[in-house]
Amino acid sequence: MSAILGKKLGMTSIYDAKGKAIPCTVIEAGPCFVSQVKTVEKDGYAAYQFCFDEKKEERTAKPQQGHFKKAGVKPAYKVKEFYVQEVGLDLKPGDALKADVFKEGDLVDVVGISKGKGFAGVVKRHHFGGGSRTHGQSDRLRAPGSMGGSSHPSRSFKGLRMAGRMGSDQVTAKNLKVVKVLADSNLIVVKGAVPGKKNAYLEISTAKG
Amino acid sequence: MEKLKLIEAGFVKNDLPDFRYGDTITVHTRVVEGDKERIQLYTGVVISRRGSGMSETMTVRKISHGVGVERIFPMHSPSIAKIEVTKQGKARRAKLFYLRKRTGKAAMKVKELEAKPAAPAEN
Repeated sequence: MSAILGKKLGMTSIYDAKGKAIPCTVIEAGPCFVSQVKTVEKDGYAAYQFCFDEKKEERTAKPQQGHFKKAGVKPAYKVKEFYVQEVGLDLKPGDALKADVFKEGDLVDVVGISKGKGFAGVVKRHHFGGGSRTHGQSDRLRAPGSMGGSSHPSRSFKGLRMAGRMGSDQVTAKNLKVVKVLADSNLIVVKGAVPGKKNAYLEISTAKG
Repeated sequence: MEKLKLIEAGFVKNDLPDFRYGDTITVHTRVVEGDKERIQLYTGVVISRRGSGMSETMTVRKISHGVGVERIFPMHSPSIAKIEVTKQGKARRAKLFYLRKRTGKAAMKVKELEAKPAAPAEN
């Protein structure tokens, strides 16, 4: 079990030993530092707080400056806690994690914020079929259809799928295979796509099955 | 982007010959049969090149036993052993999809070709 924070760099493809192309996402993972260790006695639960992507001190609020200083690490943009059992390592504040916490062939879950789609209709947002193009229809091609019954029940049910804001949600891509790890340049390459746009922050942890 | 190149390094071929749409090329492809590997040749006209970097592909069209065949090759695939340019063509557009509509000997295979360098332009 291990976990690390990273940043999506983009997608490319590489070839396996059989000459098959593998679509893959390149993630810059680490160096990631432990900025706090939470314990059951003090905080009620055991967790490591990781920080990633160094930021300038003058861009950091004073309280946060103190927080990072206490752990002896540089201020960072992304801070995220992981349960100790999720990480599985024995760490102290200030310890560094690199991309080599994962190795080739590992299965990982990647959590990220998906790309925002804006105000999307039901066809895009909920995969509705839309209306018929022919048979005397007009303006029904991407329409949502009926909102419900008539005098009974005289209302639309809660949770009815409609148009609205789509994307910018937390999404987990599960069981992605680690294709390659470049420890010196802190790169992890996973097979397949990962939520979010380029430069989006990602949480990478060992797959939970 | 620089870091993506680190991943692609080792896969990207820098020794690909310089060829364009309209050229006739022979592609040496590695074919694995059981535990044996042999080279198969595929000769045709490049009717399109698309993409860039690692994902660049080429479409090669030929007439095989009277049937038009097109194969799309990823240029950097390890299953391509070699690319040979056999004839240079001169095409006035980057995508030669109009060749698909042509039939017969003259119309089909023959491309607008010319001795490329130092050819005085008539007509």
